[in-house]
Amino acid sequence: MNEVNRVNGMNGMNGALALARRDIRLAFRSAGDSLLGVIFFLVSLSLFPLGVGASADVLARIGSGVIWVLALLAVLLTLDRLYESDLDDGSLELLALSGLPLEIVVVIKCAVHWLTSGLLLVLVSPLLAILMSLPADALWALPLALLLGTPTLTLVGSIGSALLLGSRQGSVLTALLVLPLYIPVLIFGVSAVDGAILGLGAKAPFLILAAMQLAALALAPFATAAGLRLAME
Amino acid sequence: MLPLEASDLALGRNGRILFDNLAFELAPGDGLLLTGPNGSGKSSLLRLLAGFIRPHAGEIRLDGRPVDPSSSDFRSQLHFIGHANAIKGRLTVRENLEFMTRLAGGGTGHATDPFAIADLFERQGRFLSAGQRRRLALSRLLSAPRPLWLLDEPGVGLDRASIDRLQRAIRDHRAAGGIVIAASHGDVALEQHLVLELGR
Repeated sequence: MNEVNRVNGMNGMNGALALARRDIRLAFRSAGDSLLGVIFFLVSLSLFPLGVGASADVLARIGSGVIWVLALLAVLLTLDRLYESDLDDGSLELLALSGLPLEIVVVIKCAVHWLTSGLLLVLVSPLLAILMSLPADALWALPLALLLGTPTLTLVGSIGSALLLGSRQGSVLTALLVLPLYIPVLIFGVSAVDGAILGLGAKAPFLILAAMQLAALALAPFATAAGLRLAME
Repeated sequence: MLPLEASDLALGRNGRILFDNLAFELAPGDGLLLTGPNGSGKSSLLRLLAGFIRPHAGEIRLDGRPVDPSSSDFRSQLHFIGHANAIKGRLTVRENLEFMTRLAGGGTGHATDPFAIADLFERQGRFLSAGQRRRLALSRLLSAPRPLWLLDEPGVGLDRASIDRLQRAIRDHRAAGGIVIAASHGDVALEQHLVLELGR
């Protein structure tokens, strides 16, 4: 019996690695889709200096809030490719039958999604801080806040996109369902950045962002997997 | 694989009863052919046995013990070929097959090529014809040995030679003690099989 469990465990490990490799490969093959979020982020952010004027005070005041709002939207924009294509082409059934728990499948798919959405936002964010003429402290505070916050956005979004799989207005409804749930991340993300910029101490909001990420990591896989099971009925 | 039995199975979809009091008993080596008109519940029965749909009543037993078809223990003993082929258009045939094989826990070395797809290995999935896609999907039946095969219209889009290959694969699988349950409109023939007619 132990032997059987060990073999199953190794198969599971093997399958999990295979899935991660396949999803990363797919993300590279359709780089246009993968970069959609970060390109949207860059383009729409560059509209703000044009829209509200290039005055450094105004930009610095609204900067962290605008960057966070656009980060939410950028992640939202890329959510529908999380499970939809896998449901349509039957890959989701294949994954369900592999013996790999669906919860693990969800964690892997979310991790790959974050690598191709949230992580890119983190990497370009110092540039955006300069664009919005944020003070020097934002150069570390903004990427750190996004690093803690964007995985939560992916995980919470994953619940929404799994629940609305197969519904015709999927992506619009996902936005309506998920955006209200993003509000806590927005609030603490902005207060972390502002706290660091204004020298008010930002430890508490950073810790809360981290706590939200852990909670989402613990709960979202189960909720998402339940949604996926319903979608396959 | 031990004897697979189902008793008193009942299933309704969209407020309509597809079947009730359905029962069968299959021993190793048996083949069960599901027949019946469109919409009679052939696919639903196969999806039920693969654990995607829960029956409204009845139970499935493996070696006399009730099993939950959606458990990973049961699922890791079966191959399910549904309507969708689970092929990624952006990946080559080799990459698709490698993924299916590793996911099913099979070895990566591919000695045999039962559905003659080796010529297509470097082609991307989106450039395959319907029949070629089906052959790639069927290849996963032999990528890892699993005793129970659930086949939903496996012959769709296949040419004569490929259907022969499929029938040979089914025959070999049953000769080795495997069980095959297939829904088909007659394009794929099983030998000495049992028939379950749905939708009467």
